[in-house]
Amino acid sequence: MDQFFQQLINGLTLGSLYALIAVGYTVVYGIVQLINFAHGEVFMIGAFGALSTYLLLFDDQTQVWILPIMLIGAIAASVITAVLMERVAYRPLRNAPRLAPLITAIGISVFLQEAVRLFYDKIPGFPSAKQRIPFPQIDVVTGPAIQIGDVTIQRAGIFTMAALAVCSALLWYFVNRTRLGRGMQAVSQDPDTASLMGINVDRIIVVAFAMGAVLAAIAGVSQGLQNSNIDFRMGFLAGLKAFTAAVLGGIGNIQGAVVGGLVLGVVEAMAIEYIPGQFGGSSWKDVWAFVILILVLVFRPQGLLGARVVDRA
Amino acid sequence: MHQRSVVRVGASLLVASLALTACGSRGEDDAGGGTSDKKVAKIGVIAPLSGDLSALGLGIQHSVELAAKQANDSNAIEGWTIEVAPKDDEAKPDVGKNAATALAADKDVVGVVGTLNSSVSQSVQPVLSSAKITQVSPANTNPALTQGANWKTGPARTYPGYFRTCTTDAIQGPFGARYLFEKAGIKKVATIHDKKAYGQGLVETFTEEFKAAGGQVVSAQTINPDDANYQAVISKVKPSAPEAVYYGGEYPQAGPLSQQMKAAGLNVPLMGGDGIFDPKYIELGGKTSTNDLATSVGAPTDTLETAKKFVADYNAAGYKDPYAAYGAYSFDAANAIIAALKESLKDADSAESARQATIDAMSKVQFDGVTGKVAFDQYGDTTSKVLTVYKVTGGKWAPVQTEDFAK
Repeated sequence: MDQFFQQLINGLTLGSLYALIAVGYTVVYGIVQLINFAHGEVFMIGAFGALSTYLLLFDDQTQVWILPIMLIGAIAASVITAVLMERVAYRPLRNAPRLAPLITAIGISVFLQEAVRLFYDKIPGFPSAKQRIPFPQIDVVTGPAIQIGDVTIQRAGIFTMAALAVCSALLWYFVNRTRLGRGMQAVSQDPDTASLMGINVDRIIVVAFAMGAVLAAIAGVSQGLQNSNIDFRMGFLAGLKAFTAAVLGGIGNIQGAVVGGLVLGVVEAMAIEYIPGQFGGSSWKDVWAFVILILVLVFRPQGLLGARVVDRA
Repeated sequence: MHQRSVVRVGASLLVASLALTACGSRGEDDAGGGTSDKKVAKIGVIAPLSGDLSALGLGIQHSVELAAKQANDSNAIEGWTIEVAPKDDEAKPDVGKNAATALAADKDVVGVVGTLNSSVSQSVQPVLSSAKITQVSPANTNPALTQGANWKTGPARTYPGYFRTCTTDAIQGPFGARYLFEKAGIKKVATIHDKKAYGQGLVETFTEEFKAAGGQVVSAQTINPDDANYQAVISKVKPSAPEAVYYGGEYPQAGPLSQQMKAAGLNVPLMGGDGIFDPKYIELGGKTSTNDLATSVGAPTDTLETAKKFVADYNAAGYKDPYAAYGAYSFDAANAIIAALKESLKDADSAESARQATIDAMSKVQFDGVTGKVAFDQYGDTTSKVLTVYKVTGGKWAPVQTEDFAK
């Protein structure tokens, strides 16, 4: 039974990370019906933003007060990337056929990956991003694991789960209780009427991108702390998983993205623990995660919590 | 339901982009030039020049360049200039195969130094072999590459043009097992590998010897090399209470694995083969990687009298990247090819016509290289069986024990 709880914790840790990224997919999809495949790269750039902040300001220090500043650096990098991306690449395609922005998204994703790969070390004092880069290990949030009974919890895992909890609460408040959030809901239901009611649709869309980017940046820092390293490709697989999580939970539905992420993470961890023999083990966990996705889509196409998007087509 | 069709199209596009990012070769800079009246023979290099393993690959490339430069400077082969043609394999078998095809089509190419990964060599061998190009690997340790798939029961040479200057996993795995069992007094280990030819082969030979010695393998796991988080696997290994973890694979995964193992409270040393023997491992593994172990082929480069000149020359040549774990082996590999070329190019009109003669000359090559005596046995393996155990001490790999492991 201890093993069950251990893997549950591992799964929730991993799932919290997916959930944080998945919210970005879902929020943007809910408003502009665009699957922003470059969102994984926003997450990656968040991690690099945190690393850059650290290298510029606090190289070789590990005190915990550095973490908030790294988070701010990460959020700044991610938000700037996401907002620029929206302005330069997606806004001109607002009324284009839906496939156009989708392909643009993939193009941006490749562009951002390669830009980091090729040019990160051109900035003086920064390491080459062609290989994995060690991520700074900060006191309190990394270090010896915490032991509860027979269950070991990594400090970075607690940070990730706490970050998800705080972000979800703030997000709920923002969407349901603020003017801007209600504006977002209105735009997602009917952009034309919303703009007639005096809501600036362009602004709402930028806010949606920025909001997703904030969460992705926090996820980027979490992944760096958990895995102790980052690389230019980290956004690809994480983005793929988070997209899966968003679809699993019901795309467009913020709670759904959180639930989907957690379910996906737990399924992966449990698959490693409980599926014996040839199809078990770590190398098959992705297969089982996607099997769950297919099953959910077959029997519940709207996702676990149901898609919350009004079909405008 | 248009929104779902967008999801569907999106998912398939994503898969397509997966395939796209996998191909597309990256920049390769051919070392051009060459003098006018001399004929040109090229030595190709197939190694990962970009990506996670590029530290090792670039070390290989520059060491070969150094060997070629020295041969040209001393006019080692009358009437011929040696050029180096480096190709990036991105540590991927399919990319390596393309690189091999490109080199085979180049009439001037007689020999190739490479690859780094055993799995890449598996797809490179048939291409180079059918073009009769000599291949010398400084780093492939999978025994099947020289002795065939049934190397345990009935070794048979598969590719007459394939040689290597490093010892194999058939020796490296057992060497690691003996060290752990006899010297470190560890009786219970867990094994983890990355399912690549190198990692899996290493773990298999290790397991066999460790069990034969009387030790216990309490857990055998695998990881996916694309992953960065190994928490679940570590949790699976931990309850079996191993005294050490033996990892078959390379440092980009092994470093983080070691770090995460210790962060999760599994405070036992991680041991691996030559694939984790790189300074980058310690950088990725962090402070807690202290006392981790690695075996590597040959004696430590900087302690060998013969290697000192190589290290000095390499540093003097001013290459941007260090010679890394396989530099000395690549230098020897290139010199072995050059030694064979001295024979084969003597009376040849063109480099292409000398290809078969070069393979024939290889088996007779014998000289004192920077890693010790360089000579090949009937399978193309090096006759040297020297291995060293290294331990992470004070943020560096420090040699613990060097041994001639001839059985």
